[in-house]
Amino acid sequence: MKILVVMEHSRGAWHRMSWETLAAAQALSADVEALVAGHETGELAQELARKRLSRVHAMESPLLAEYTADAFTATVAGAVERIRPDLVLFPHTYQSRDFAPKVATRLGRVLVSDVIRLRDDNGLVMTRQLFQGKLNADYRAAGPGPHFASLQAGVGRADAVEAGSAEIVTVRLDHGEPSRAVPHPPFRESSRAIDLTAAELIVSVGRGIKEKDNIGIVEDLARALGAELAASRPICDNGWLPMERQVGSSGQTVAPRVYLAAGISGAIQHLVGMKGSKTVIAINKDPDAPIFEIADYGIIGDLFEVVPALSAEVRKIKG
Amino acid sequence: MKILAAIKQVPARDTQLRVDTDARWIEEPDASEINEPDAYALEEALRLKEAHGGEVIALCAGPEAASQTIREALAKGADRAIHVEEDALHRFDVLGVARILAAAAAAEKPDLILTGLQSDDLGSGQTGVVMAELLGYAHATIIMQVEAQGSGIRVKRELEDGWFQHVDLPLPAVLTIQSGINRLRYATLMGIKKAKSKEVRKLTAAELGVPPAASVVLDRVYAPLRVKRTVMIEGPAAEQAARLAAILRDEVRVL
Ligand SMILES: Cc1cc2nc3c(=O)[nH]c(=O)nc-3n(C[C@H](O)[C@H](O)[C@H](O)COP(=O)(O)OP(=O)(O)OC[C@H]3O[C@@H](n4cnc5c(N)ncnc54)[C@H](O)[C@@H]3O)c2cc1C
Ligand SMILES: Nc1ncnc2c1ncn2[C@@H]1O[C@H](COP(=O)(O)O)[C@@H](O)[C@H]1O
Repeated sequence: MKILVVMEHSRGAWHRMSWETLAAAQALSADVEALVAGHETGELAQELARKRLSRVHAMESPLLAEYTADAFTATVAGAVERIRPDLVLFPHTYQSRDFAPKVATRLGRVLVSDVIRLRDDNGLVMTRQLFQGKLNADYRAAGPGPHFASLQAGVGRADAVEAGSAEIVTVRLDHGEPSRAVPHPPFRESSRAIDLTAAELIVSVGRGIKEKDNIGIVEDLARALGAELAASRPICDNGWLPMERQVGSSGQTVAPRVYLAAGISGAIQHLVGMKGSKTVIAINKDPDAPIFEIADYGIIGDLFEVVPALSAEVRKIKG
Repeated sequence: MKILAAIKQVPARDTQLRVDTDARWIEEPDASEINEPDAYALEEALRLKEAHGGEVIALCAGPEAASQTIREALAKGADRAIHVEEDALHRFDVLGVARILAAAAAAEKPDLILTGLQSDDLGSGQTGVVMAELLGYAHATIIMQVEAQGSGIRVKRELEDGWFQHVDLPLPAVLTIQSGINRLRYATLMGIKKAKSKEVRKLTAAELGVPPAASVVLDRVYAPLRVKRTVMIEGPAAEQAARLAAILRDEVRVL
């Protein structure tokens, strides 16, 4: 099986998930090629050439200096037609979300997005989550390739990429058409007043809290423990807590000694922001909540009963 | 501005999901609701209309039961709706669903199509992008702000790690809207009353010329296997709390 991995980089640095995707491809096949698209990608291509790959494709154009969906779609779709892989893999990043479906559609194919497991079982089987992680589904690639998939963080391990040596094929592109979208330089909102990344203990609240006025009970537990208060995205979307307390793929990435999640289901976008925590404690009334898959300690119960009781017990111990 | 808002009905968040007998999908859920980001997409469409005039059309593919979600969109202020009635939408792959929606949208020639960023049930996160490609529209994803600008629009995209970016786009365009872009409104009593007389055009996928085909086959739906052994703390709440506090003191050692 010939696999083409579309690598992602910005400002000269690789996106870590590109390596994870490359490792997953190497685990599946002896015939892996990698593609890097951009402007002045020489050094990036050189680095790829030192991995176990059949070939490195460097797609060069000034029009690829800044990411745009139009230019990247034309480039990658063109490359896929020329290279003819059986499988095209993207890391499931925000950038891939923006253009990988467009590439597949242009070639009349379907992208299987956000894949969490990839295996060969009499053909390619791709596992992805349904219903925010409550169920899994196995998808089978049917018929001739190219098949398209984007891989969630953690399918492969970045440090497992095998070394080797590969030839570099540089293609200088000249797309006649400029992008319809005009991107402006990326920026950050005003600097974060709260740095959760340094917190030793975090108590995090999710939509199980139901109303803004109830947040006090979780805040009180945080106070009792001497922990920082954090939240899942919907809490911040509703304006119940400021955005800077949000943990997850679009919030902060934290790794405290203890992360206590109360009323948080454990959607993948939340998990990627806290799964590096040393000890994870989950309080949730739903025994099937995905948060329990990564929790060290779990309480199936009503947070409105458990959390105040826990605050009292903690205070008793602390005296 | 003529704006189309793609809204999907999904199982309500707190309902119990049951895998169906042939493990290909789930049984009819006990309760359903609008897909969360789609509620924000609809709200953004209504706000743009209020600021710039025009029309908001809700577009939904789904079973007859999805009428409930369509009615709610009309009650909130959508002017009319298109309902592509399909009982078993899961027989179509993402491309198939996008083809259905794109075909229904093409006939309307909207200036702007707003979809949610991702559906809570399938979670493909790509229907809007695929629609844009099928229709030949420009697009931008994970949008946190939309402003009219000259003959086009300026949007704010969410990037990773707390970064954002403004992007200028010509119209027509497709935007995939991220939750939290605005504050949602509630339907008023007046709105609910008015919704009853608003037009809901019914179509089928067959009428739109889209056959149910899947080039990627859904093999099996199942509950995830637990990889990690979680220590479950049982008992009534007071006991659970006392045991957890003891664990925090003796095992995790943070007290
Ligand atoms: C591109 C993208 C980026 C995203 N970025 C983020 C991000 O950075 N951070 C983030 O968190 N999310 C993010 N999300 C959203 C994510 O997909 C989920 O929607 C979100 O994490 C769900 O939040 P939640 O667990 O609080 O709510 P829900 O999923 O609604 O879960 C609520 C939980 O509370 C439980 N519960 C209810 N009542 C009680 C009770 N009385 N006692 C105990 N438990 C109770 C329920 O069983 C349920 O498990 C992102 C999504 C996308 C598509
Ligand atoms: N059956 C449908 N009817 C209306 N809109 C849909 C449908 N399926 C997907 N969408 C839209 O496409 C978005 C992304 O869905 P998905 O690609 O499944 O994650 C959703 O948030 C909806 O706005």
